[in-house]
Amino acid sequence: MIQLPQAMIETATSAADWVLVLPIVLALMGSAALLVVRRSNRLPLLGAVLVIVAVIACEISLLLRIVSEGPLSMTMGKWLPPFGISLAADLFGAGFALAAAVATLVVVLYAEIDREGNDGRDGFHSMVLLLLAGVTGSFLTGDLFNLYVWFEVMLIASLGLIVSGGSPLQLDGAVKYGFLNFLATTLFLLALGLTYGLLGTLNMADIMRVAPVANRAAMTGIAALLLLAFGMKAAAFPVNAWLPASYHTPTPAVSALFAGLLTKVGAYALLRSLVAILPDSREMLEPVLAVLAIATLVIAPLGAIAETHLRRAVGFFVIGGIGAILAGLSLPSVIGIAGAGIYIFHAILAMTALYMVVGLVEVRTGASDTRQMGGLYAASAPLSILFFVLVLAVAGVPPFLGFWPKLLLLEAGVADAELGWVGSALVVALVINAILTLIAGTRLWSHVFWRNGPEGQPASGEPMPLVAPTPRVRLAFGAVSALVLGVVLMGLWPNPLIEVGQRAAADIVDPGRYVQAVGLAGVEP
Amino acid sequence: MDYVLAALVGVFVSLGIYLLLSRSVIRMLIGMTILGNGVNLLIFTAGRVTREVAPIVPGGLDVPAGPIANPLPQALILTAIVIGFSMFSFLLVLAFRAYKSLDADNTDTMRLAEPENAPQPPLSY
Repeated sequence: MIQLPQAMIETATSAADWVLVLPIVLALMGSAALLVVRRSNRLPLLGAVLVIVAVIACEISLLLRIVSEGPLSMTMGKWLPPFGISLAADLFGAGFALAAAVATLVVVLYAEIDREGNDGRDGFHSMVLLLLAGVTGSFLTGDLFNLYVWFEVMLIASLGLIVSGGSPLQLDGAVKYGFLNFLATTLFLLALGLTYGLLGTLNMADIMRVAPVANRAAMTGIAALLLLAFGMKAAAFPVNAWLPASYHTPTPAVSALFAGLLTKVGAYALLRSLVAILPDSREMLEPVLAVLAIATLVIAPLGAIAETHLRRAVGFFVIGGIGAILAGLSLPSVIGIAGAGIYIFHAILAMTALYMVVGLVEVRTGASDTRQMGGLYAASAPLSILFFVLVLAVAGVPPFLGFWPKLLLLEAGVADAELGWVGSALVVALVINAILTLIAGTRLWSHVFWRNGPEGQPASGEPMPLVAPTPRVRLAFGAVSALVLGVVLMGLWPNPLIEVGQRAAADIVDPGRYVQAVGLAGVEP
Repeated sequence: MDYVLAALVGVFVSLGIYLLLSRSVIRMLIGMTILGNGVNLLIFTAGRVTREVAPIVPGGLDVPAGPIANPLPQALILTAIVIGFSMFSFLLVLAFRAYKSLDADNTDTMRLAEPENAPQPPLSY
């Protein structure tokens, strides 16, 4: 006979605990509300900015609470976990959610470039908020099935965004994007079914408790399926082909949003499921993870070097970043996980900014292929500085933000090198990746900005004629500059970030505090 | 019964994957649906197939009187069916639009976003 107080939460949730669920609720409700007023002139933009600012405020207070008190959890429907569905946030989840909301805010302002004369029937702002809700939900959830649902929310919103406009090019990209991502979530669901059959629970903290006593071979099979599913979502080699085939087809603003948020959610899901939830299975999969990381690190920048389409080339940088995160997952010390986590945080902001700067280049030149660009430096020095700074940040050149997580990863790799080939191989791959990314990025910069004119044209000495900036382009430029400034400042004063990252990584490597926050500590499996 | 269902899941998943390997978008779409249904069946089987009764708590009691069927897998499948169906409808419309504007049902000829014979990277610098 179960006593009611054992199965139910009988105290009311304190008002302060609502910060955990508010970001998701605000974004979902905002999305619905903006759909109602989508035809009005100014309301959608104003509403979207207000909602995102509110989401950011909630997430900052959530993050501050987690910094002072440790992981935070809230369980729906008054059923105690593992029966109720838990939302649970630790430092990584809340930090990534905050970075995602900031990136979305900048993208919403930036998107005004393409919205001249748009009557709002496409429901753009509504879908952006829905995407934000899906991403935030994925970062804050404490339940695997709930994670699946947020993945689908994210997928349907991103499909809506990728096809809006409906040009043949977009339809072509959307077919590939849609099929591959739907397949990935179906594989994830397959792994969920097996997990439930084996363990009888889908609550992340509960799985951490019962997985060690389950059949090890079966758990490793599940972990391998999760690796395939989330690897597809994150665009890790060899299941990365959908990303360069689709990310350049929508408008630059939508591309930027996807590059910043979607693949990082896949990478975060890998971090959470393999390192925190199934550490034993991760250990068995470590050689696979390391090989995938090395292949992704080395092959992605080669793709960028071979590409002439500017946005497609930048897509390969996104894939290369996923390689760095996978490298962190293969080095599961606190330092390595901190490196992977800070890299995700950096990539959310820097990749969004890079795509937006590339979008500005496309708008000002009216071209999308680097062969038709040249000599932009003389025409717009600020644009070329932004692009160059971001290339350095992505490649990981000090003192920019991308350098610090890679330094942590190298440190973890060197420490791991005594134990086997994984550490030393990853160190070599990370360095090769940094060099190749730098080559690819500076080549793009030289071709677009530095050489005298487009390919095949005699150097006339005149700067390339640019489309004059409209007020909307100026607004977009301001928004991107602010984001880049933030990335640069965080790179110059990285200590708080590294400190928080290491504390967050400690909670992932030893999830005792997390399990305790969900309320399952001390319960015998 | 479990063994029959497990074998059926295997048939569904292999059929789905076989169809997904096709070049025709419509065949891929049907493969996706069959794969999705195989996964739903898997969750159903994973929740243990029993002859127990529906999980209804009689009046006056806090817990059911006897053994009950597990309601959770059915809730999971219901969610997955709804999501899978909506994704299927979206992808069907997308495939139809792509067919109309690209005049292609074959993935080999859908090369607009990734042109064949892509230009060589520039040799300068």
